[in-house]
This record gives sequence, C-alpha cells and structure tokens, in this order.
Amino acid sequence: MDLIKHEHDVLVVGAGGSGLRASMGLSQSDLSVACISKVFPTRSHTVAAQGGISGALGNMGEDDWRWHMYDTVKGSDWLGDQDSIEYMCKNAVESIIELEHFGVPFSRTEEGKIYQRPFGGMTTEYGKGIAQRTCAAADRTGHAILHTLYTQSLKNDVDFYIEYFVIDLLFEEGKCVGVLAWCLEDGKVHLFQSHMVILATGGYGRAYLSSTSAHTCTGDGNGMILRANLPLQDMEFIQFHPTGIYGAGCLITEGARGEGGYLTNSEGERFMPKYAPNAKDLASRDVVSRAIQMEVNAGRGVGSDKDHAHLHLEHLDPEVINEKLPGIAETAHIFAGVDVTKDPIPVIPTVHYNMGGTPTNYNTEVLDSENNVVQGLMAVGEGACVSVHGANRLGSNSLLDLVVFGRSAANRAIEVLKDKPENHIDISASTIDKILSRFNSIKNASGDINPSEIRDSMQRTMQRYAPVYRDQETMDKGIEIMKGLYNDFSNIKLSDSSLIWNTDLAETLELNNLLYQSLATLYSASARTESRGSHARDDYPERDDNNWLKHSLVSIDENGEAKYAYRNVQLDTLTDEMETVALKARTY
Amino acid sequence: MAKFTLPVNSIVKKGKTYTDLNKSENMLTVEVYRYNPDTKSNPYTDTYLLNKENFGPMALDVLIYIKSKIDPTLTFRRSCREGICGSCSMNINGTNNLACITDISDEKKLKINPLPHMPVIKDLVPDLNNFYAQYKSIKPWLINDNKPEREHIQSQEDRSKLDGLVECVLCACCSTSCPSYWWNSDKYLGPATLMHAYKWIIDSRDTAKEERLSGLADKFKLFRCHTIMNCTKTCPKNLNPARAISEIKKMLVKA
Ligand SMILES: Cc1cc2nc3c(=O)[nH]c(=O)nc-3n(C[C@H](O)[C@H](O)[C@H](O)COP(=O)(O)OP(=O)(O)OC[C@H]3O[C@@H](n4cnc5c(N)ncnc54)[C@H](O)[C@@H]3O)c2cc1C
Ligand code: SF4
Ligand code: SF4
Ligand code: FES
Repeated sequence: MDLIKHEHDVLVVGAGGSGLRASMGLSQSDLSVACISKVFPTRSHTVAAQGGISGALGNMGEDDWRWHMYDTVKGSDWLGDQDSIEYMCKNAVESIIELEHFGVPFSRTEEGKIYQRPFGGMTTEYGKGIAQRTCAAADRTGHAILHTLYTQSLKNDVDFYIEYFVIDLLFEEGKCVGVLAWCLEDGKVHLFQSHMVILATGGYGRAYLSSTSAHTCTGDGNGMILRANLPLQDMEFIQFHPTGIYGAGCLITEGARGEGGYLTNSEGERFMPKYAPNAKDLASRDVVSRAIQMEVNAGRGVGSDKDHAHLHLEHLDPEVINEKLPGIAETAHIFAGVDVTKDPIPVIPTVHYNMGGTPTNYNTEVLDSENNVVQGLMAVGEGACVSVHGANRLGSNSLLDLVVFGRSAANRAIEVLKDKPENHIDISASTIDKILSRFNSIKNASGDINPSEIRDSMQRTMQRYAPVYRDQETMDKGIEIMKGLYNDFSNIKLSDSSLIWNTDLAETLELNNLLYQSLATLYSASARTESRGSHARDDYPERDDNNWLKHSLVSIDENGEAKYAYRNVQLDTLTDEMETVALKARTY
Repeated sequence: MAKFTLPVNSIVKKGKTYTDLNKSENMLTVEVYRYNPDTKSNPYTDTYLLNKENFGPMALDVLIYIKSKIDPTLTFRRSCREGICGSCSMNINGTNNLACITDISDEKKLKINPLPHMPVIKDLVPDLNNFYAQYKSIKPWLINDNKPEREHIQSQEDRSKLDGLVECVLCACCSTSCPSYWWNSDKYLGPATLMHAYKWIIDSRDTAKEERLSGLADKFKLFRCHTIMNCTKTCPKNLNPARAISEIKKMLVKA
C-alpha cells in the first residue's frame, strides 16, 4: 500500500474544544502544526455543550478561584490531583476572558459583562453559599465556543486535515513519532511524522446504549493508548447526568436547575431536599443521579414503567426560558414532545462524561504505568485524565479543562521543542506494517458477525453491568461477557470493500476502540472495592481512603486480560497560594 | 446547435428493493439515492419497505436502521443526533433538513437525496469544500485590536441583536436550496455565509464594519440574492438568512 507522507513538528489529533485551542496556540509559534480530525471541526462533540464554562470572574457576586478549587476537589471526592486543579481554577478567568476576546457571544449581565449562572456543586466561601460561576452563552455555550475557536484557527491558518481517521500512533524506541491516518475522501493511508503528538480525541460515551454523547464519541485516542500497551487511568468513573431525556438520551443541561428548575417523583414530591438538604437540586451530579435511582428503586418513579423522574420548568418566567434556555425548550419539544412552559420533562440518569482516560501530569504530558513521561506524546480534553475531575466532574468544569489545558499543551510543546531535532526519527517498516495489517485485516474481514451486532451487545452489556449502582457479581459477569465480545471481534465481516468514505470500516475501527475501553472500564470498576464519586457500590457503600485514595491504571494485553497498577493522588498543591484541601466526608 | 452530453452521474437508475421481514400495519417506503465512487457508474435509488416499529421517529433513525440491519454500505454523515452539529443535512421529501430532527412518524413515504446541486462524494455525502472556503473568505472572526484587561462590555440589547444568527450550525441546507447559489456557487457567497458576514457587521464588539461591507459590495458575492426566500423556509434551526441579506443590502444603499 502506498503511503502519502507528511512532516510536521506537532500533530494535534482532534478538533474539539481542546484540540482547536491547542492547534491555535501552536499556530502562533514557529512550529509547523497540523490538526487532524475525523469530522469537520464544528461537528465535534464540544458543539453540544449547553450550560456553560466555569471561572471565578465574580461578575454576579463575589468569587475567588480558591473557592472554585475547593468545590472541584470536593466534587472529585478527593481523587482529583490538586496541582492540576489549582492550575485550572487559577487560570480560568484569563482563559475565559481570552475566549470573549476571540469573539464568543456570551450572554450578558445588566452591566454588559459575561453572564454567570449557578451550577451543581459550585459554592462560595468553601461550601457556605451558592456561587454564580458558570459563564453562559444562553444554553448553547459549547456551540458558541467551538465555532469561535474554529474561526480563530482559520484566522491563524491552522493546517487542517479534515475527515481523516487516525488509525494508530507510531512509536520508535518508546517515543511517539507520528500517526497513520486514513483519508475518507481519497481513500488513502497517510503517514504523518512529528516530534510531538497531542491527542484530543474526546470521550467514549458510545460504549453505552443510552448516552448524551454523539455517535462519534468513541474515545479513539484511548484505544490507541491501550494498543500501544500504555495504561488508562480511573476508567471506572463514568458520570451519569441526572437529566437525560427519557428514551432519546439527549441532554437537558444542569443550567435548567441552575435557573430554578426542580425534580419530582410520582407522588409529585420534590425529593432532592431529602438527599441534599443544602444544595437540593443543585447538588453534585453523582448525588442527584443516585437520588433519582433511589426514588425509582423505591417505586416512586414516574411513567407507566415507573422508571424515571420529572424535571419542572413550568413555574419559570417564560422570558427566562426564552433568553436563558431556548435550546433545551427546543430539544424537549422535538425529543419528548413537551412544551416546557406547560409540562414537566421526563428525565433519567444518562451516561454523560468520562472522568477517566489517558493519564497525564499537569503539563498534559502522557504518563506510563511507572509515572514516566512518554516522549513525544501529550493528551488533553475529555480523553485525557490530568486529573482535574477525579471521581466526579462538576458541570461546566469540562469546557474549562479544554481551554485551560489546550492552551497549556501548546505552550508546553513549544517549550519542549525549543531545541527540536533537525530530522524526524526514521520509522521502521515493521512498525508501519503492524498497524497496516490490523487495518487491512479489519477492512477485509469476512467472518460471520455483523459489527453492529457486537456494538449492540457491548452497549447493552455496559448499560446493564456498569450502571449507576454496582456490585462485584454484576461487574464480574460483565467482564466475562465483554471478553467474549472482544474475542468475537476477530470473527466479524465487513460489507463495504471501498476505501472512499467507507463508514462501515470507520464504525468498525471505532467499535474496536470502544471494546478496549469497555473492558478497561469494567476491569477498573470491579477492582475498586469502595464507593467514591460516580463509582457507587452496593457491596462497598463507603469511601475507603486507607486503601483507595489512589488512581487506578489498567492496561490490556493481547488476550484481553487486565494488567493493573496504581498511582498516588497528588494531594500537594502547585504553589503556596492555596493549601491542600483536606480530606473529609462529602455532603451537600 | 450546441451539442451537449449529460455528465455520467446525472441519470439516476433504479436499484435494489428490500422488504422488512416482520411486516406490520405501519410500513414506510424509503427511497435512498446511492452513488458509488469506486465504480463511478450512474447513481441509483434503492428502495426499502420498512416496519416503522423497528426504529425511532427521526429520519436519521431510519438511515441508521438500514445501515446496521440491512446494508452497511449506505453512507451518510452524522454525529450529535440532536440537531446541533450540522452533519446530517440532506434532502428529505424535497426539503433540505437535518435528518436527526426530521420527524417521520406521520410519513408513509420518504425520498432521501443528498443536498441538491453539490458534487456527491458517495451516497448522501456531498463535497462541502467550496461552502467552507466561502465561509472563510468573509473573515468570520472578531476583528478588534483593542484587548481590554477584562471582557469587552456589550449591552444586553446589543447582545440580543445576535440572537437568531449565532445559532447557525453550518449545515448548508439554506445555501443548497437557493437557486441563485445553484447556478453561481463559484461567485455568489450564498445565504449561510452572508448571514455570518451580517452577524459580524452588527456585533457591537467588531471594528471592521466598513471593511466588511465594502468587501461584499460586488454584483456577484451579494447581489445575486433575488429574495426568493427558499433559504429561510428551509433552515432547520428556524433562522432567517434572507432577512440578514436584505439588511446588508439596506446598509450598502445607505453607505
Ligand atoms: C450534551 C453534552 C453537554 C455538555 N455540556 C457541558 C457544559 O455545559 N459544560 C461543560 O463544561 N462540559 C459540558 N459537556 C462536556 C464537554 O462538552 C465535553 O467533555 C468536551 O466537549 C469534550 O471536548 P474534547 O475537545 O475533549 O473532544 P470532542 O469535542 O469530543 O472532540 C473530539 C475530536 O477528536 C476527533 N477525533 C476523535 N477520534 C478521532 C480519530 N480516530 N481520528 C481523527 N480525529 C478523531 C473528532 O473528530 C473531534 O474533532 C457536555 C457534554 C455533552 C455530551
Ligand atoms: S433569499 Fe436570497 S439567498 Fe435566500 S434563497 Fe432567495 S436568493 Fe437565495
Ligand atoms: S442558516 Fe440555517 S440552514 Fe443555513 S447553514 Fe445556518 S443553520 Fe444551516
Ligand atoms: S447528527 Fe448532528 S445535526 Fe444531525
């Protein structure tokens, strides 16, 4: 197979919020940078983010980045690394002001400043009051940010390779030296050589049947990491958003509760005050999702199957809905047939975010199982695990994570490549052949199973065996089934033999990445015998700091078996501007 | 008389027909445009007789059903499945729309074609490179050299002028429904791009209004719009590019 060759100093894989922010920063340096994406940049899933981006701007009342840091550490159930969290919260204001200068059409306060709304888990004075910290562009903040970052990339003439599917990373002697990518339009495989690869490929929500994520959220970068025998971190921590639309799975932002919405059960009772007397409907997501599940388990779910809850907005001023929540009014109308000014929206906890992913230090450099930096490789965004979200992410902290660490990745790459080598390292034929032969064997696969059957079973398995509440028996069963599916993959058949826009092949490559990550998720989850953040176990209901105040690392060998390792949580902060947030019980 | 031949792929032939095994009272006939770039032979229409109980209520659900259960070679773009990413634009029963938010529960028949008058790469996947290049040509970024320490101040009133413009998902439904764009897409910018130009012209934070306006004062780029309104009628996000264009025209008359 003829390869088309490209050479760049830096490759950014992914054009979502994190990838675009990194690309933009790099394009302003002397380095040559290429941004490769399987979808046109503004189709990346960042476009769907609704509620907003957090930062202690203090536009709507006093605020302090230290309060934001405290909330984030508490939200993470102390599994977040405090150096990274300090870095993120401290740099939030500057990063958001920068977005405004780029042109993001934020909603405004009466004084014409950026509008900020309350969000779950965001407080003032270390838990005392409710903060208004989440900067919003109506309820389409991700769309506003992603489109703006794309226009800035155009302004800076970023070299884009759009609708190129990255197959795998290339390594020589432990250093990442580029990627192989398949161009959907010309059907050819392209060899990209580089001194640095920045993975920004997003989360893997599509491992589940019902998820708020896009079809393209398949965590491809994490799949590449596992195939390179590197570990993924904290994969057991999967956030269920309390308010996905029942049935369709589309998201209703937490901003809806931030603007005054609330949940009820089949008795019409506002149940959140029972579970979180202070924060009520604005408690952290894991807490609200579990509360809904408890109500359902107690027979107080709504609907004919008594399996979900109601979210009310009818009592809000129609002006508020019009100005602050127009997008969710539209979504509720289209996907639930509900007029939110008249009726409640049927909602159910729905898979939403992956706290886990590719482990990095706070400089976004990828780490191996022994905590060494992997040369030539960085990771940012939802696919990375820096780890600012620990065991549970606070709403609106992800968009912040994207821009803060997207920017710092660019700066770090520029620093590391100050004395870059003159030439690219030669890539051996065997390195390339190994990846190409996997690609070709999938493309030409002629077994008996349709990949969509495996996908369906995988998604059902995750839904059933890695749910909100877990126990040993279910998860171990899940592992057995998933291993079977992982093995079935060698017996698939593909129908499309073309290389041009072969989405049968693209979806199968994505499926393979999802299978790896599903296994990693189940393995890490079954090993962690405690409850922390989003990982809630019936058989181990308490947090166990003596044994489990550590990150799980898991890699997967050729037979689909797990290899475990652990890494200490970084409890020390970055500077003495903030003390370590000390461990304590987590209540809202 | 000038002799002309039709391009190879302009005659659409009839393709295969497939019927769902578990038939019901509630059937849907779906005709889908197919084009295979490897053979480069004429495009064809495949027909599917489907039991509506097998899939969800949106046109995208139908396509995904066909792809996963019947014919994995069927090719189309999609991502968010909630009308925000703009990937799945196509022509459904004669109207350009986003397949993921096109409710087909009341339909008995669906005809699905790629966006009209665009080069087709494969099946329902059009080549949008020209559309994207035109978007870039209007400098669709904020121009303002002043970088205050904090955010630019923008009044709620000024911000509200951007409502109905910033929500665009760049799906190209509007531009590919516009007859002027069909015939002059090399020179006429089309409604989507013009609406973005208008958005920057009226953003109170932007300082390049004059430059932007004079860049558009061209008999092709802007004035090919004959106010046919197809664009506004078709926009799946209920935006009004035709109004934006007429506002630009008014500003140019005044200037
Ligand atoms: C519905 C919804 C609402 C949300 N709302 C909020 C919110 O209000 N606030 C908040 O902070 N967070 C929110 N989040 C979370 C947040 O939006 C995401 O975590 C974030 O956008 C992820 O960004 P990213 O840059 O990591 O990746 P993405 O935006 O997912 O982009 C991934 C990129 O990688 C590319 N890519 C992937 N695989 C490959 C490959 N193999 N080859 C080439 N390219 C590839 C894709 O093309 C894409 O460009 C929300 C999430 C969802 C699902
Ligand atoms: S109003 Fe103008 S842009 Fe819109 S369809 Fe008509 S001619 Fe095209
Ligand atoms: S104006 Fe409407 S139809 Fe046109 S590109 Fe934007 S969203 Fe699509
Ligand atoms: S799939 Fe995103 S708009 Fe239809």
